[in-house]
Amino acid sequence: MVVGIDVGSRTVKAVLLREGEIREPRVALGGSDPYETAVSLLKEYPRCPVVATGYGRHTLREGWADRVITEIKAHTLGARYLFPGCRTVIDVGGQDSKVIALDADGQFVNFQMNDKCAAGTGKFLEIMAQTLGYEMDTFARVGLGEISSVKINSMCTVFAESEVISLLSRRVGKAAIVRGLHEAMASRIASMANRVGVVEDVVFSGGVARNPTMVALLEERLKLKVKVAEAPELIGALGAALAAEGQIVHMALKKVNTKGA
Amino acid sequence: MTVDRHPLWTSLGIDLARNDEFLGMLGGVYPDVYLSQPQRPQGMAYFDGVTFDIHGAPIQEMLDEKAATGAPIVGTFCIYVPDEVILALGGIPVGLCGGSAYSFPDADTLMPRNICPLIRSYVGFKIGKLSPFFECCDFLVGETTCDAKKKTWEILDEIQPTYVMELPQRKGTMDRKLWREEILRFVRKMEEAAGKKLTVESLKEGIHRVNAKRRALRRLYETRKAVPSPISGKDALLVSQLAFYDQIDRFTDKVNALCEELEGRVRDGVGVVDREAPRLFVSGTPQVIPNWKIHHIVESSGGIVVGEETCTGIRYFNDRVDESPDTLEGLIEALADRYLSINCSCFTPNESRFDQVIQWVKEYRADGVLYYSLQFCHAYNVEFVMMERALKEAGIPVMKIESDYGDEDTGQIKTRIEAFMEQINQ
Repeated sequence: MVVGIDVGSRTVKAVLLREGEIREPRVALGGSDPYETAVSLLKEYPRCPVVATGYGRHTLREGWADRVITEIKAHTLGARYLFPGCRTVIDVGGQDSKVIALDADGQFVNFQMNDKCAAGTGKFLEIMAQTLGYEMDTFARVGLGEISSVKINSMCTVFAESEVISLLSRRVGKAAIVRGLHEAMASRIASMANRVGVVEDVVFSGGVARNPTMVALLEERLKLKVKVAEAPELIGALGAALAAEGQIVHMALKKVNTKGA
Repeated sequence: MTVDRHPLWTSLGIDLARNDEFLGMLGGVYPDVYLSQPQRPQGMAYFDGVTFDIHGAPIQEMLDEKAATGAPIVGTFCIYVPDEVILALGGIPVGLCGGSAYSFPDADTLMPRNICPLIRSYVGFKIGKLSPFFECCDFLVGETTCDAKKKTWEILDEIQPTYVMELPQRKGTMDRKLWREEILRFVRKMEEAAGKKLTVESLKEGIHRVNAKRRALRRLYETRKAVPSPISGKDALLVSQLAFYDQIDRFTDKVNALCEELEGRVRDGVGVVDREAPRLFVSGTPQVIPNWKIHHIVESSGGIVVGEETCTGIRYFNDRVDESPDTLEGLIEALADRYLSINCSCFTPNESRFDQVIQWVKEYRADGVLYYSLQFCHAYNVEFVMMERALKEAGIPVMKIESDYGDEDTGQIKTRIEAFMEQINQ
C-alpha cells in the first residue's frame, strides 16, 4: 500500500495504490495554503509510504513524504502504467505545460516545459473563461465542432485578455473567440510537442485534457489520436504512487543484498 | 573590525542608502547560498572576505594604488580586452559586468527592457550611482561583441569616457590583422592615459602576471575533475567571478593556496558530495556576481557543477600567452593569437566551441550539460541549435536554460534541473 500526492499549483491530487489498483483518488483546490491542503489530504489515508510530486513537492519533505520526484518523472510513470505503449506525454496543468519523450522502455529521454508564464496553461483558459463570463465546463465545449473562429495573436494572458475585450467590443461572437483561444493554445502546445518529437502513443494528461475542444484541436494539429485517461488530472499522483511502490521493491532488494553480503 | 566604507562611497558620489540596501540583500543571501555548504575548503574564507567587502576593500586598494603611482583604473566588460596591456602600462583593470536585477529599475529609465540582463544590470548600476567600481574608473573599454553592447557604449560614453575595441566576428587572415591592429591602437590609448611608453620588459611582465593568474585558475579547475569533486561548483564559480575584481597577484597566491588544500583532498579522496552525485557542466553565457542561480539550484537538488564553459569560467583562463617573443611585435602577435583562440558565440562560424565543450565534458567527467543562456542573448541562444546537435551526436545529455536575474522562474528551473538529473540517473 502506497500513496502518491501531486501538489500542483492549482489543485492537490492524491491516490492510494493497493496491489496495483488505484483506490481513493482525492482532489482538492490548493487554495492559499497548498501545504495544509496536502497534509489534510494525506491524513485521510492509512499510514504507508508516500511519494510527493508537483510544484509544492519539497514542502512535504519534512515529516510527510518518503521521497520526492519531479512532475516529469511522475507523469512518465503514470502515463506508461495506464497506457503501456506511451512514447509521448503532453501534460497541461494549472501553471505549466510540458511534453515528455519516452523511449521504448519507458524511460524519459527528453522533455520541454513552458516555464516563464501562464501562456499555454490551464490558468490561461481559466482567466479567459472568466473574461468571457463562462463556467469552465461550458467554455470547454462552446468552441467545439464546425464553428467559425477568430485569430488570437497574443498568448500572454494579460495581452490576450485585452485582445478578447477588444474583440467583444467589436461584437465578434463569443463562440468564435473561445474557438480562437483554444486554437492559439493548441498550436503552441503542438509546436512544443514537435520540438521534442512526437511518437505514438501520445498520452494527454493534466486537468486540461478534460477539455474536449483542446483534445480535438490538438489531435487535428498533431494529425493523430491522443489517449486521455478517465481522470487525466490524477496521472501525476499515480506516477508518484508508482515511484513509491518502486521504492519499496528497491528497499526490499537492498535488504536482500545486505543479508547476502 | 570591518571598516566603515561610507566616507569612501561618499567621495565617489555613490547613492549611499541604496548601496546599503543592495549590500544588505547580498549579505542576506550569502550565508544561505555559501556559508551553509557542507565540507567547505578552508581556503574559501579569503574569498568570502573579499565578497563581504566587495564594494569596500577592492575599491580602496585601487584608489590607493592610483594615488601612489598614478595608475589609471580601467573598467572592462569582456574577456577579449587584454588585461596584459593595461597592467604593462601600470594601469588597473577591473570588470564591470552586472549580475544583479537590483539595478534594473534604474536602467529602465533610459534603456529598453528587452535586452540582456547583464547589460541592463551594469547600465543601471552606472546611472543609479550604485557601483563604486564604475565611479573609480578613469575610463571604460567596450568592445563590439554584440549589438546591444555596441549601442550601449554610445550611451555610456555620454556619461563616462568609453573607448571601444573592434572585435572581428570571423577568424580569417584579415580578421587577425584587424585584431592585432586593434590591440596596437589600444596600446596607444593606454600609453596616452598612463603617460608612458610600452616596453618589451613591461609587456612581458604584464603577460607573466596574467598568465600566472590564469594558470592558478586552471589548477583550481583541474581539481574539479576528481570524483568526488573537492570543491562545490558554487565556490569555484565565486573564485572565477572574483578574478575580475581582486588585486591580481594576491588573488593568484590565494587561488594557489586553495589549490594546495584541494589537491590534498583529491589525494585523500575527500569530496563535497557523494561519488554518485550527478555531475553537471555549465556552458554558455557569463555568470556575474551575485548570479549564482543555476549553480545554487543544482547543488541544492543533490547535484554538483563540475565546470563552466563561460566567460566566468574556462573560457577566461584556458589559453596562455606565449611569453617567449623578445620584440613588441612578437608579443602583440602572441597576445592577439591568444585572445582570438577564445570561442565566443559572437564569431561565425564557431564550430571549435562545440568540439571544445565535448572535450571538456569528458575531461571533467560530467554526466550532462546545462546550456545557460541569458535572456535576449541572441548569439548564445541561437548557437544552442548547433551545440545541441553536436552534443547529442556525442551522446551527451543537454538541457537549455534561458533565464535572467529574477527569481520568478526559480521553481520551474528547479523542476527542470531535478528532472534532468532523474533522466541522467535512470
